[in-house]
Amino acid sequence: MNNDAQAYWKANIRLVLGCLAVWFFISYGCGILFAAPLNSIRLGGYPLGFWFAQQGSIYGFVALVFIYAWRMNQLDKKFGVQED
Amino acid sequence: MSPQLINYLVVGATFALYIWIAVKSRAGSTGEFYVAGKGVHPVLNGMATGADWMSAASFISMAGMIAMKGYDASVFVMGWTGGYCLLAMLLAPYLRKYGKFTVPAFIGDRYYSDAARIVAVICLIIASLTYVIGQMKGIGVTFSRFFEMSYENGLFVGMFIVFIYAVWGGMKGITYTQIAQYCVLIFAYTVPAVFISLQLTGNPLPQLGLGGQMNDGSGLYFLDKLNKTLLDLGFGEYTARQGSMQNIFLYTLCLMIGTAGLPHVITRFFTVPKVKDARSSVGWSLVFIAILYTTAPAVGAMARFNLMETIKPTSGPNAGEWIKYEDRPEWFKKWEATKLLQFEDKNGDGRIQYLKDAAQNEMVKVDNDIMVLANPEIAHLSPWVIALVAAGAIAAALSTAAGLLLAISSSISHDLLKGIFAKNMSDKNELLAGRIAMGGAIIVAGYFGLNPPGFAAQVVALAFGLAASSIFPALMMGIFFKRINKAGAIAGMLSGIGVTMLYIFWFKGWFFVPGTEMAKDVVENWLFGISPEAFGPIGALVNFAVAFAVSSVTPPPPEHIQHLVEDIRVPGVVKRK
Repeated sequence: MNNDAQAYWKANIRLVLGCLAVWFFISYGCGILFAAPLNSIRLGGYPLGFWFAQQGSIYGFVALVFIYAWRMNQLDKKFGVQED
Repeated sequence: MSPQLINYLVVGATFALYIWIAVKSRAGSTGEFYVAGKGVHPVLNGMATGADWMSAASFISMAGMIAMKGYDASVFVMGWTGGYCLLAMLLAPYLRKYGKFTVPAFIGDRYYSDAARIVAVICLIIASLTYVIGQMKGIGVTFSRFFEMSYENGLFVGMFIVFIYAVWGGMKGITYTQIAQYCVLIFAYTVPAVFISLQLTGNPLPQLGLGGQMNDGSGLYFLDKLNKTLLDLGFGEYTARQGSMQNIFLYTLCLMIGTAGLPHVITRFFTVPKVKDARSSVGWSLVFIAILYTTAPAVGAMARFNLMETIKPTSGPNAGEWIKYEDRPEWFKKWEATKLLQFEDKNGDGRIQYLKDAAQNEMVKVDNDIMVLANPEIAHLSPWVIALVAAGAIAAALSTAAGLLLAISSSISHDLLKGIFAKNMSDKNELLAGRIAMGGAIIVAGYFGLNPPGFAAQVVALAFGLAASSIFPALMMGIFFKRINKAGAIAGMLSGIGVTMLYIFWFKGWFFVPGTEMAKDVVENWLFGISPEAFGPIGALVNFAVAFAVSSVTPPPPEHIQHLVEDIRVPGVVKRK
């Protein structure tokens, strides 16, 4: 791989790791590991841990996938590796 | 109009639509048959993926599981959505760049080995076939409940419809019918949910209604009221965890990794024109899936509440009294007839007691599948809504079955025949072979639907465990770790599947034969409290570890494979000196 391609790949890995950290935090963190303590906080009628497990994590997943796609398209252009 | 006639009208209209679409989109080449000519718009592909992914289990069973297990069922809610993050960031864009027709083809090329390709085909066929059986059962059950038609005849109608549009249209026909099926199923799922949420909380959005206040002027939050009702009857708190944390953690992880590794879902992202489209298309898929998956927790909780209120009302003239058996509502009688709901008057007082304590509980069976299908009747909605739910359940099952059947038939005609055993086959003959394989797969699936193996439910655990422990790691390592070679990948896949199957068979019986299990399937016997259903991630870990170890002591992959990996890592063309 030439230097540009290597730099592109590194930037990609950094982005993926960042997104997956958030992915882990909202589902496994807030939805499972810290769900019990979070349940003492309320979001309307929802205990917060329960909300993350059955609602919030899904909204987060959707946002993450679009943020990833948007950032990757920017990286493609920055490194000149986009299609066409 | 009689409810029966309405059912026929609504479901018949959807069938006519599917067949019309099939006739309009006949596949003329292998490219159209396998990947719809790679011309599907990313948003439309998102809808098709939604229908492909949301099966009879998502549509019929999931809300029922949530109703009965409360917080603990979050496993399914998070597990069956979070996998799309892994798919978007680790697999889909790269496999789209690679640009061939099937998942085993990538594994065969990347690990320069027909053996690896065959292992992948076997995993794919086992995982997909077990899944199809569930869909066939879903079609049969829905027909027999809503059409007073026998289970067998319902199954034949379903097989016939799938046969027409899947064999005829291939991926192209399946894609456009799945888009129509998505619209039918999401409409059918959300309409009753909106009405029920309005009735109970006054909020038309079920996602908000679930966290809202009761509509009875008490000012109580709905979930608080549900928790109180359940606690009073000895059940656990709905919103709190009952099972072990590490099992919930691993089960969720197993479903997520398994989701990302299921070939029929991955293949859907081969149908979009560009790498960029593959990335955004996963996002759109998740949007369309999230509409159902964020509604399901509300459907589950509200169905549980309505069920408890029916049996022991907390308001009205009979507040605080168990309902008399002779006063039970019409839907209760209908479901009793199907044996999915069973009552036993243990204390002989003629009233229905529904309690946690098994010695006193008189609702001896409440099947999960009742909740969604009976929901509109429990909430007294119009027969048109009930017919819509029937059409939705059938759409969910048909669309998933078609996607799975395509994955099976293309792995046979493209990977086994064209790829390995009949390399000189012409495009025309390969297309014919694909159609024949599809017909064969439908017949096999129909056979198992008619004679469901007793272990059908357990096998689903195997499908996710298998995808998580074999296909996902092999694909991910193939993209992210250039050093993984043929020997490492094959050893990794085999040990990953081996460990996972061993653990499942240990508690469920060898090849699911009853009586051959080595230990009782209870929490005391499980390794670190991990249930067999949740073991996939451990198998994946073994796969990664073995693949790295073996690859490090064997020669690196040849140069052209290293170039292949470099090529799929960027969307555009790689310039090499």
